[in-house]
Amino acid sequence: MIGRIIPIIAFVLLGLLLAVGLKISDHKTVLPSPLIGKKIPEFSLPVLGQDDRTVTHEDLIGQPFLLNVWASWCVTCRVEHPVIEQLASSGRLRVVGLNYRDQPEDALAWLAYFGDPYALNIADVKGRTAIDFGVYAAPESFLVDAAGTILFKHIGALTQEIIDTEILPLIQSSGISPQ
Amino acid sequence: MKSGWLGIFLAIVALVAVVPALADDPLIFTDAETEVRYQQLTVQLRCLVCQNQNLADSDAPLAQDLRQEIYYMMQAGRTDDEIKQFLIDRYGDFVLYMPPVKSNTLVLWLMPAVLLIGGALVVLIVVRRRKLNPGGQAENS
Repeated sequence: MIGRIIPIIAFVLLGLLLAVGLKISDHKTVLPSPLIGKKIPEFSLPVLGQDDRTVTHEDLIGQPFLLNVWASWCVTCRVEHPVIEQLASSGRLRVVGLNYRDQPEDALAWLAYFGDPYALNIADVKGRTAIDFGVYAAPESFLVDAAGTILFKHIGALTQEIIDTEILPLIQSSGISPQ
Repeated sequence: MKSGWLGIFLAIVALVAVVPALADDPLIFTDAETEVRYQQLTVQLRCLVCQNQNLADSDAPLAQDLRQEIYYMMQAGRTDDEIKQFLIDRYGDFVLYMPPVKSNTLVLWLMPAVLLIGGALVVLIVVRRRKLNPGGQAENS
């Protein structure tokens, strides 16, 4: 009797293991960032289209902001663009762009065509600062508080739902909502 | 004997790693030792973009950037552990093909041993039963 039950139990356990594995594998490509809770990395980069103007990590601190990593070659960035535009125009959060591994002229043409929601765009042509941010795919978005601490990171296209349910509550709970 | 195996291993690593690495960014090594270190290190690190390839094999732009960065760090005299830590600080333990033993990776590390011992126990029990009861086949079916 027991000899017949054991294979069934083993089969059920195996099935459960595979089901859990399948469920986890949905999120496998999205890695948790070790940078959450840490200060933004130091950098000094030119402003997109203005090579004589540099911006550093210190220039960004003082007000919470969303750092959005994008590029003109990034197709998903186009999908995300209206959501970024709406967030920026709502005035609830400053949106700073990190133009990643892009040709500045391509990036400027992209902004001219799709619209420029960014308060500021930082040109990371070589992608070196993006390495310090642990960026491995565009688009990526980092929510940074007024002290320069990374509160949240999203990999892939931002949606209105993520902004409403995760990003905006985080700024409110950090008690430093702009305005 | 041990160094013989290491030699074969390095030859394979060199064959697998050098060709694609040289294809996009020819890095110039001043000494063979650093070059071997570079090759050994980049096969142990995962490309974050195509997650089932190592940094040495991957053609992804980020993998090229990271190879370049590793090269610079080696030229600056950083150790393998420092370079690995640099990547872990940015991308997490996932960049390592061999994850460190931690509370959340214990299952991963212990499972093979558990399965091996469990399998051995099952075999042992089955063999014993058959010994005690040679005609047992008929009873099971």
